[in-house]
Amino acid sequence: MVETRTIEMEVLRYHPERDAEPHLQSYQVPFTHDMSVLQGLQYVKDHLDGSLTFRWSCRMAICGSCGHMVNGVPQLSCHTFLRDYFPGKVRVEPLNHFPILRDLAVDQTDFLKKLESIKPYIIPAENKPVESGEFLQTPAQLDRFYQFSQCINCLLCYSACPQYGLNSEFIGPAAMALLHRYNADSRDAGRAERMPIVNAEEGVWSCTLVGYCSEVCPKGVNPANAVNQNKVNSALDYFLRFVTPRGTGR
Amino acid sequence: MAGWWRRNPFFVRYMLRELTAPFVAIYAVILLVGLVRLAQGEAAYDAWFAALTHPASIAIHWLLLVALIYHSVTLWQVMPKTMPPLKVAGHTLPELGVTALGLLATLTVSVVVYALVRWL
Repeated sequence: MVETRTIEMEVLRYHPERDAEPHLQSYQVPFTHDMSVLQGLQYVKDHLDGSLTFRWSCRMAICGSCGHMVNGVPQLSCHTFLRDYFPGKVRVEPLNHFPILRDLAVDQTDFLKKLESIKPYIIPAENKPVESGEFLQTPAQLDRFYQFSQCINCLLCYSACPQYGLNSEFIGPAAMALLHRYNADSRDAGRAERMPIVNAEEGVWSCTLVGYCSEVCPKGVNPANAVNQNKVNSALDYFLRFVTPRGTGR
Repeated sequence: MAGWWRRNPFFVRYMLRELTAPFVAIYAVILLVGLVRLAQGEAAYDAWFAALTHPASIAIHWLLLVALIYHSVTLWQVMPKTMPPLKVAGHTLPELGVTALGLLATLTVSVVVYALVRWL
């Protein structure tokens, strides 16, 4: 017999066509030891209130869809367990710093535009025909960017970043981590195309090293490290242009 | 966003780190004034030194000491996030290792400077 307890879940509700402003709604949710906050939300949708809207997909911290503020902390709700909040209540709100579309679903357009702007793909120095074989890479070269390639675009870091909250022009942690992932890749030659984004006021220089983005990242990407390594790269990029001919810097 | 830094203990610690930064500058200015007074001659230096022994100066120095210790510890804690990974014999030094090395260096320099001033 599996032990079932009941926890109070407070969920932020907002229907833009009906509500003047967002409000919290409480649900009594029975849960077992192994149930995540996401499963709690699914229980609400399946048994208590079918109109509750939230994003989810993989249920195992891979897809990055179910990021919410759980008791004020950005978390993947599939990776956060109801038992850890019992006997208190658990409050689930949409990710901070993003406009709410409905209930817990936020508008990700701003991030997606930023992600597109950093050219998140390998730009090779020359286009090789397929017959000439793969671009080879040593384990040490892979090591230089591997951690940054683990980003799942869950946006927890954006919700954790007060600078992004104060000024959404800031390129932000995940986009900069992914920019660094490609710049640090030995197969890539697109650095010169990405440096204007790094160098801008809204690039790395809007970061004040709060460091909370790395704290909440569920994949160990350490975006604060990517941003702050690129402060050095940006300074070098500025000064080296006086000593190296245009187009030779890497 | 008003009052954002009060909502999370992590942000409070960050704000304290930033708030203690001017204390580092203030202490540097105190030492620089001492250097200028030294260049002006023995009497000027002695006057500066006597001013440091005033109870108000002692109180300020205790405050500066606490602020500088907090600033050093928290700055070394974020230091690993500002640099490329450190490789030691082919292995990446963990973040905690970088912080520990930095704190050790700070402590060593402090003890050496204290010893020089105290006994030379």
